[in-house]
Amino acid sequence: MKKTLGILLLLILTCVVTALSSDAFLNGANVENLIRRIGLYGLLGVAVSFVIVTGGIDLSIGSIVCLTGCGLPWLVAKVGWDPALALPLLLGGAVVIGLIHGLLVTKLKLQPFVVTLCGLLVYRGMMRGLTGDQSLGFGNGFKALRFAGAGKLELAGGFGIPMPFVILMVVAVLAAVFFNKTVWGRHLRALGNNEEAARFSGVATDRLVIASYVICSLLSAVAGMLFVMDVNSAQPSDFGSFYELYAIAAAVLGGCSLRGGRAAVAGVLVGAALMQVLRNMIVLVFPRQQNLEYAVIGLVILAGVIADELINRRRERRRLRA
Amino acid sequence: MRLLEASGIGKRYSGVRALGGVDLTLERGEVLALIGENGAGKSTLMKILAGVQEADEGEIRIDGKPVRFRSVADAMDAGIALIHQELNLAPNLDAASNIFLGREPRKFGLIDETRMRREAAGFLEMAGLAMDPAAGLEGLSTGKLQQVEIAKALSVDARILIMDEPTSSLSQAETEVLFGVIRSLKSRGVAVIYISHRLGEVTELADRVSVLRDGANAGELARGEVDRERMIRLMVGRDLSEFYPGHAGVPGEVLLEVEKLRTSYWPDHEVSFRVRAGEVVGVAGLVGAGRSELLRCLFGIDRPLAGVIRVRGVEFEPENPRRAIAAGLALVPEDRKTQGLVLEMGVPDNLALASLWRDRRRGGWVNEAAVDELERRMGEAMRIKAAPGQAVGLLSGGNQQKVAFGKWLAMEPAVLLLDEPTRGVDVGAKREIHTLMAGLAERGKAVLFVSSDLEEVLGMADRVLVMHEGRLAGELDRGEASEESVMRLATGTKDFEAA
Repeated sequence: MKKTLGILLLLILTCVVTALSSDAFLNGANVENLIRRIGLYGLLGVAVSFVIVTGGIDLSIGSIVCLTGCGLPWLVAKVGWDPALALPLLLGGAVVIGLIHGLLVTKLKLQPFVVTLCGLLVYRGMMRGLTGDQSLGFGNGFKALRFAGAGKLELAGGFGIPMPFVILMVVAVLAAVFFNKTVWGRHLRALGNNEEAARFSGVATDRLVIASYVICSLLSAVAGMLFVMDVNSAQPSDFGSFYELYAIAAAVLGGCSLRGGRAAVAGVLVGAALMQVLRNMIVLVFPRQQNLEYAVIGLVILAGVIADELINRRRERRRLRA
Repeated sequence: MRLLEASGIGKRYSGVRALGGVDLTLERGEVLALIGENGAGKSTLMKILAGVQEADEGEIRIDGKPVRFRSVADAMDAGIALIHQELNLAPNLDAASNIFLGREPRKFGLIDETRMRREAAGFLEMAGLAMDPAAGLEGLSTGKLQQVEIAKALSVDARILIMDEPTSSLSQAETEVLFGVIRSLKSRGVAVIYISHRLGEVTELADRVSVLRDGANAGELARGEVDRERMIRLMVGRDLSEFYPGHAGVPGEVLLEVEKLRTSYWPDHEVSFRVRAGEVVGVAGLVGAGRSELLRCLFGIDRPLAGVIRVRGVEFEPENPRRAIAAGLALVPEDRKTQGLVLEMGVPDNLALASLWRDRRRGGWVNEAAVDELERRMGEAMRIKAAPGQAVGLLSGGNQQKVAFGKWLAMEPAVLLLDEPTRGVDVGAKREIHTLMAGLAERGKAVLFVSSDLEEVLGMADRVLVMHEGRLAGELDRGEASEESVMRLATGTKDFEAA
């Protein structure tokens, strides 16, 4: 909780600084767009925290975003399938991918890094091959379908919350409840800390790990579709590339430990928000330094992780002295 | 002049006194046993002497000269080396490289392998280990690894060796070897401070026993005065009427039946035996005899190659621990830190881990009230000492073991498999665990325990199964079991098939 508080302060600070330095920050369209992006990237952050809590990692997230983000407009706009057929097919595909990742990690005991690194290459490569690497979009059609990504939940007084953010809130609440209140969540945290002890206690460790990879792939697939519904244009060669890193960074900033065993959904949301506000700040406040975006984000994450480690160490030392 | 003289040593951790005014002396070539319950301050004192931590007050003199240790290197320079309970060796390097790690002899800037190996061979020999210094450490037994550590200590010219529970994971035979090494070091004038919970070993080995209690000296016993009763009285500050509790359980129906079980550890040998309700059965044998592997197979952690297992007369396939638990088995594993507990989690989560799914849920939800109730009940019944919210990794060994035990008790298993149930646990907690084992038998459970502590096997078991190289070398009743008869079977001196 303390950890979330620290990063929340950093988020607020970034918002205040940006608002003071640029009038455009609090502009309605900018805020709306920012919230939409937080919704989209937040979803990926929540997705990867399921795998991170088991002590694993999923590097294929960006490629799954590409797979469904390009796959959806390709199937419905190019190939001419009904969305009612395309959606379940793509989501089903994601489940199969998660299943394969999970099985390879648990049954063959391959390292998650290696398995999902191969996934990263395979899924994007497949999509580029299938679509002929051409630019894809919905054109002017499919308004109803695109509502989930581009629409807003209209509230009284002309305000509206972008749909991806609404979806993120629902998913985040479900995930938080899952981690903290259910037997599976408790088992997952136990196995993330000490898989052997969990197995010795009769926890179905393999099944839980497999389920985590499935949930991660599935949520990434959903996010990929929402992304393309929003921007209406996807290039298989770069759509979603590096998104796994945004997701992992959000999770780590938010307090998930890559060693496993710790899940902090609220923190992940704040972490995802922080990164999007930072990007927004660079665009608005330092428009001429936009090319430094990655460098700035990278340094902020590094600073956050270093600060966290130092705080932890001090706490540990105090604990050992006690 | 004394080799080592520590006086008035005091240490506080954030205001709490861990040690206060402790004195300790050591002569050349002396074996001093340091005993006390967990939390008595033994480890703190040893860390101060080895330079891991600095004392807040007090003075250390070596050969009469006052010294101050700011680091382990300072202590080493003064001739003090600590042999850790958890060995600090790099298994991927060869023995010589381990012995000289960080102090490699060089020639033209490169490691002088020839000289390093030649010198290492000498130190290994002094440590009683006949091995090629160029050979890797992988696959060496704990006992041999310990000897490599001793060789390493000798290589820095240590005159004082501090050994923290050196025999806790050694077999009887390895323990004998270690004692031989200690005696030969002694004859060279090396002094040893020996920390152990095993009072039999202390009696056998120590020239003098120093007892700590609650961070202060509780008394000292000279060689002639050392006996179990006196040591226990000094450690706990009261008399423990009898060390091993008996039980009034009457052998009933057969709860666990194992027929021709073969494990992949000893694929050519098979084991058959039965354990009845109300029985405490001990499994003795040397390390590597396949005792832990037997328990692992029964509990579904490793798959057996062949054989039949029946629990309460019902045959069951030990596919995984879940199946074993459902069949009525429970395992308190050998290594509580890696297998028994999730160290980062608190007491209630650990106690509930095994029973969460079966007994402590409403639908998929964790039934927090039931978890709290479990913690209250077990905390009281087993006298687990923990602060609310404290991670179990921070508890003492005894309390950790009680948690590892406690998670099964609420599930009422028919058969309890215990692997080294009191390893690294202090006298008080040891006794509580023994009482618990006796109580389980009285309540009609079958208790099967593996222990490398022969005293414990003889003291607790109604019947002793002795394993040798994956086979049952024999079965001894309480009346027949003695240190000699068990060791004869365990070492394969005289084999006879059990009925």
